Amino acid sequence: MITKEQVEHVAKLARLSLTEEEKELYSKQLSEILDYIDQLNEVKTEGIEPMTQPIPTVNVMREDIVKKQYNRDEMLKNAPHEEYGFFRVPKIGE
Amino acid sequence: MTDIIKKSAKEINQLFLKKEVSAKEIVDSFYKQIEKVEPKIDALTSITKDLAYKQAENLDKKIAGNEKLSSIAGVPIIIKEVICVQGYPATCSSKILENFIAPYESTVTAKLWEAGAICLGKSNMDEFAMGSSTENSAFKKTKNPWNLKAVPGGSSGGSAASVSAFEAPVSLGSDTGGSVRQPASFCGVVGLKPTYGRVSRFGLIAFASSLDQIGPFARNVYDTALVLQHISGYEPRDSTSLKVDVPDYINKLNLNAIKGKIIGLIKELMTEGLDSEVKAQIEKSVKIFKDLGAEVIEISLPNVKYAVPVYYIIATAEASANLARYDGVKYGYRAGDTKEILSMYTKTRKEGFGAEVKRRIMLGTYALSSGYYDAYYKKAQQVRKLVTQDFLNSFEEVDLLISPTCPTTAFEIGSKVDDPLAMYLNDIATIPASLAGLPGISLPCGFDKGGLPIGLQIIAPALGEELLLDAAYAFEKVYAIGDKVPQGVI
Repeated sequence: MITKEQVEHVAKLARLSLTEEEKELYSKQLSEILDYIDQLNEVKTEGIEPMTQPIPTVNVMREDIVKKQYNRDEMLKNAPHEEYGFFRVPKIGE
Repeated sequence: MTDIIKKSAKEINQLFLKKEVSAKEIVDSFYKQIEKVEPKIDALTSITKDLAYKQAENLDKKIAGNEKLSSIAGVPIIIKEVICVQGYPATCSSKILENFIAPYESTVTAKLWEAGAICLGKSNMDEFAMGSSTENSAFKKTKNPWNLKAVPGGSSGGSAASVSAFEAPVSLGSDTGGSVRQPASFCGVVGLKPTYGRVSRFGLIAFASSLDQIGPFARNVYDTALVLQHISGYEPRDSTSLKVDVPDYINKLNLNAIKGKIIGLIKELMTEGLDSEVKAQIEKSVKIFKDLGAEVIEISLPNVKYAVPVYYIIATAEASANLARYDGVKYGYRAGDTKEILSMYTKTRKEGFGAEVKRRIMLGTYALSSGYYDAYYKKAQQVRKLVTQDFLNSFEEVDLLISPTCPTTAFEIGSKVDDPLAMYLNDIATIPASLAGLPGISLPCGFDKGGLPIGLQIIAPALGEELLLDAAYAFEKVYAIGDKVPQGVI
């Protein structure tokens, strides 16, 4: 059972603000989904290596060379707020 | 040349190369069809006329100059909204990316344009590819061309519906847990999810990175192979793309390859919740493969029944991390009237994301949160390993696996929107191969009494696309939708 308080905690971690109705709804729906997911506890997994992705993992390295791949002005065109060639955000800290 | 729209990609390419039709005429014909059927099916989020006519003009110049052109030159294609086409919107059908214009070209589309394919438009999808009905789009509800009251499936519902309704001969989608195969099944077209790593994902906006793969839709197997041929291959900007040669998928399609091969019918996917009409058609499909000279045996993959719960932990956990980037700073929507950074984040995400995306971010964040990580995320990764091991074991005995693509045919619009779990269970047959990174194809194998298409899924070992396509090609020669087309769209 996921309580409303747990929903609020997770929403805070996920940087989401939720309405009261959403909190109630997600508490109910996430509880149902997690009850369903709990069937995984039937499976014995001691000693099984967790699988992170389907292909054998090998670190992929490349030469550390600075490349100018993208034009700054082009990339800034999608910014909701840009100024002097930077991303502008509200005040951070005091 | 009004009936050019009915032709396959292969035929269109041949007519173009023989100078029997110009690229401009091809584009004109398809836009005429789009104008006619788009009001009914709402498959597209944008129409890229400037690009299409520019590409067509360029192709017509090349053909006039007798330049050697590729096997996909002159073929129009529709691209899912999650794949970047430079200079055009890539919204992921989300409000949070409503004004996002792709600043670069994805590898798959760069390859297609280089080879002479023509971009007609971008297609609607479930927001951030999360869904099985395309109802989670922030912009419009796509309808199934076979029955306008039914969903087209999802998340690549627009790509599937557009090909089914002859808006294009081929399209691109993306498949994380079945998002190409399931809508292909619902819309009566062929849909392929290649092996994880077969196709570069550079320029594909990420949902769940250990699962996402780009794949083609077409109305026949040859055209599916044709698109796969042109999008496959290693590319350094996707470090998960595989450094292996790309075989010749199109010229080596072999009708006889299936003879003497052993096919396993997945036992666990023929029981629970399977619609009786779907079951009957899969049994008929088994007979077709036997008549083609294959041996079909029933095979058990015991952990496949856990694939859905595993997926909804792993995919949501990865999504919660991937979607953290939508914070209103670098691109996309930003909520107004916020004076400090934290409320800007939370309000932007509250207003920008739809209900299903928020639900999955919440689930994924919960599964990764302190105290629950081992119980959910690690456990799911361990069971994922067991599901994958089941596949590897089965391929010791069989060459290919088959199952229904979906337990049912397309359901009514609105019928599952309030029950997320019921929606998730729709992907029960497609998720297993996604977890294991294996290639899977869905192809039409019949219709239910209501006239909705039924899909057969074939799964091959990793990088086994050749035999997968051979089997589908041979099957299609026996059973194809053929002249049957969705009413009212042709």
